Amino acid sequence: MPEPTISCRNVWKLFGDEPEAFLSRHGGDPDNRAIDDGGYIAAVRAATLDVQAGEILVVMGLSGSGKSTLVRCLSRLIEPTGGEIFFEGLDLLKATPKELIELRRHKMGMVFQNFALLPHRTVMQNVAFPLEVQGIDRQSREAKAQEMIELVGLNGRESYYPRELSGGQQQRVGIARSLAVGPDVWFLDEPFSALDPLIRREMQNEFLRLQNMLHKTIVFITHDFDEAIRLADRIAIMKDGVIVQIGTAEELVVNPATDYVRDFTRDVAKGKLLTVARVMAAPLNEANGGLTIKASESVADVAARVIGHEGPVAVVDEAGRAVGSLSRDQVVDVLFAREA
Amino acid sequence: MTARPLPALEEHRPETGLERYRWPLLFLGLIAVYLLFRHAWPAWATIPPEAWTERLPLPYFVFGEGFLPSLTFPGSNIADWFNAIVTFLREHEIFGLFVFKDFTRWLGGLTVYPLDFAEALVISGFPHRSIKIPFEIPAVPWVAAVGLAAILGYYAAGWRIALLAGGSLAYFALFNLWKPAMTTLSLVLVAAPIAAGIGLGLGILALKYRWLEKALWPILNLMQALPHFGYLIPVVVFVGLAHRSGAIATILFAVPVMAKVTMVALRSVPQEVMEAGVMAGCTPRQMLWSVRIPAARHTLMVGINQVIMLCLAMQVISSFIGARGLGIDLLFRLQNLQLGRALEIGIAIVLMAITLDRLSQALAEKEPEHRPEGPFWVVHPYLTAAGVVFLVGGLLAAFLPEAARLPRAMTISVGRSIDPVIKDVVAALYDPLSFIRDTLPAYVLVPLRDFFKAIPWTVFMALLALAGWRLGGWRMAAVVTLYVVFIVLSSWWTEFMVTTFLVFSAVVICVLFGFPLAVWASRRDSTTRAIAFLCDTFQTFPSFIYLIPCVMLFQVGTVSQLLAIVLYSAIPVVRYTVLGLRGVPQHIIEGAITSGCTPAQILWKVRMPIAVPEIMLGLNQTIMFGLFMVMIAGFIGGNNDLAREIFKAKAQNDAGLALLLALNVAFLGLATDRLIQAWAAERKKQLGLD
Repeated sequence: MPEPTISCRNVWKLFGDEPEAFLSRHGGDPDNRAIDDGGYIAAVRAATLDVQAGEILVVMGLSGSGKSTLVRCLSRLIEPTGGEIFFEGLDLLKATPKELIELRRHKMGMVFQNFALLPHRTVMQNVAFPLEVQGIDRQSREAKAQEMIELVGLNGRESYYPRELSGGQQQRVGIARSLAVGPDVWFLDEPFSALDPLIRREMQNEFLRLQNMLHKTIVFITHDFDEAIRLADRIAIMKDGVIVQIGTAEELVVNPATDYVRDFTRDVAKGKLLTVARVMAAPLNEANGGLTIKASESVADVAARVIGHEGPVAVVDEAGRAVGSLSRDQVVDVLFAREA
Repeated sequence: MTARPLPALEEHRPETGLERYRWPLLFLGLIAVYLLFRHAWPAWATIPPEAWTERLPLPYFVFGEGFLPSLTFPGSNIADWFNAIVTFLREHEIFGLFVFKDFTRWLGGLTVYPLDFAEALVISGFPHRSIKIPFEIPAVPWVAAVGLAAILGYYAAGWRIALLAGGSLAYFALFNLWKPAMTTLSLVLVAAPIAAGIGLGLGILALKYRWLEKALWPILNLMQALPHFGYLIPVVVFVGLAHRSGAIATILFAVPVMAKVTMVALRSVPQEVMEAGVMAGCTPRQMLWSVRIPAARHTLMVGINQVIMLCLAMQVISSFIGARGLGIDLLFRLQNLQLGRALEIGIAIVLMAITLDRLSQALAEKEPEHRPEGPFWVVHPYLTAAGVVFLVGGLLAAFLPEAARLPRAMTISVGRSIDPVIKDVVAALYDPLSFIRDTLPAYVLVPLRDFFKAIPWTVFMALLALAGWRLGGWRMAAVVTLYVVFIVLSSWWTEFMVTTFLVFSAVVICVLFGFPLAVWASRRDSTTRAIAFLCDTFQTFPSFIYLIPCVMLFQVGTVSQLLAIVLYSAIPVVRYTVLGLRGVPQHIIEGAITSGCTPAQILWKVRMPIAVPEIMLGLNQTIMFGLFMVMIAGFIGGNNDLAREIFKAKAQNDAGLALLLALNVAFLGLATDRLIQAWAAERKKQLGLD
């Protein structure tokens, strides 16, 4: 496996009096009881995760689960209490303020839940802001900003002020601003949570379109599991500051690590998520009619064919070899979330 | 966040009767103890004996020789002690480098250039006093000034403000008040940016250094509680009796509010906006100037609005120490009972106040909008219009002297002609008002004043300390006690209690009239709007203005002084009550309606209990306003109170005494402010309103 872009090892964030001393007193790994007795609040506990170059890692959790604190530790907006974070091989927690500023000016971009636009600046000036603080001359920064504005589809609104735009448009400005410096890593902190459902859907598509062009390394925070499934390569589920499980959406649904994860995944439309390969049974001994389905197809896509077919259907791989079978009952189980 | 366990149930057991009433019982008990033993109450515990206040064992600095002071204990009071410091600062070199007084005079001298420049611009033209240039430039013609003011008003908020701004300037010109009005305006326009700049600087430094913020906060609180004369008289001693002293006092007076607003504004920038700045790679300096300050600009502009209004109020009062302008004219007319002209000047001050307030507020609230594209006059219509008005006005003035400066013959002062009318009205009202003028003092005010004078300092202190203990534990009790100890040792106890009596009576009257008015007004949208508008407008008037009707109706005396205090300080209690009653969240009202409440029940059972903390904050403001006004209204009063002493101190240039008297008032204000704020905060927390 290649070197991960972000590597986060045993990261802690405790709130309270002299948390560093408390953490080292407990050997870097205090238990819940010690934390409660000491009057501390653990926003992030022993978080370990890797983000691979070009992947979308979605951190999913309810409010108060520590997901926002975690992403702020990764960008060092918040000082972690303990642990290690490597950013493209660089020890992030040892970086000087100057190095951090350089890093943020070239390598990181971030999008915020409530857009965090500067109200006294036009769309153009907001998008150009990260370039402006680097001291880039007006002409080149505005040219670059114009490119970004066109990328997010806001041409013609360059001279508008944020309050003259709708929420979705404002977040497009936030996205354009975060991309203006051409960062390698893109942090998005609940970027679509403040938008209404229709706009949210549109922005998710927009996000996927951008990622198809740009191939950034992405850490995306959300409390919406459906959003996580739509966007994620991998999902990390957090609860009470702990990363409960990391995996693809399919892995989480098929093998939930805890009851908490199971509760989350229970109402997911599994038919679209699960591939035939995940649920199929052993190959048939004899062919049952001429129908075959591919192992890589989703259950929902093959459902009509399987249900309309008498008896189990043969499953084949890309090369056409028989690798398993799928019955009507199995499809119904998946579609209607019947516990097996 | 992990959920905290619910508190154990026994913590919520119902209180027994005794527990519920223990604090009221403690207060009543204290008063009962005094009443029982009042004949045995020792004299020293009633009025602080002179032996305490005149022979204070305070470290008395003798600055006679050398830099290091020696500590001695001669007989002296706190005022002497202050004066010793003042004398030292006036006469001795600091670090062998410069005399403090020379330094302050030099500072005062610095303000002369901008003041002269502003006056030259609008009144005299160049060259002017300190600004010598070899050729002449005339002042901006009044017709052009009126037009420019109107354009600024229109740019800020449309034609109403345009009419107000242009109309005000036209009024000054037509009523032959151009010169004093422009003098006042130029002092305000010079002092306000300097005060705002200093306040902003302090606020920024406090943001950087937490210890500075901690140190600054109580000092700013004290400065804000200090009555005007607490600034004026020391400024006279250090800068002299002159126009520029008015500027210095005005700046000093307006700095605290800006410093406080800056601290609050810069700290309340949304966290996400700050993070966006950090993630853009801002350096700390870029964070401050490109993110924090612009993002906080609305709150900062509110601060600037307040600075402007404080500057105007202070500049009017600075006439007592030689500041030129409308204030000194008004002072002179009031002293000579030329009430018609006084009224004209009063209207000019009021017009200026409303204009400055509405204009600065509108500019503060103005949101930027994207500009249309096109030629210059399309992109910048207001600048173009201003240029045109300036040119036309200038040309007009070149050919028509009346457009440059309205000759006296063409002005329409009606002061002299309405003087007899006012005299007739006053004479006609003399008898009907005699009831208030004579009966009220004889049967209410004098007995009440004697009652206050009879309150022993020990009882006064104990009551305040007990309230402090109830509301903020022993710490607040200690702070409140220290305030009273200072007052006790100041040697002005009786005068202090007379001042307390005046403020107390005024506050009671404010509540008696203001509260029902506010409750009535809060019942309908239209009356609420009307009352809010009136309060906003009256609040902008400089305090000095309120003396005019009082002198007209009741001449000079206690009733006049009291009425002035009531007029000025009734505004907050009305305003806060209306806003508190109207500010109850809509869903709570809807809950009450669906529970079947009648309108009266909604008012008394729902709105009122929820609004009480807000109303108390209004009462607190009323007390603070009252403490400020009681000193200014001393000008038309006739009591042996702190105000009279401070006017005496002013006559003798006794800066130490003036500061001491002002501190007495300030400490009473700070004590009540802390107590009421603590109560309101606790109550709001209980109601879940914070």
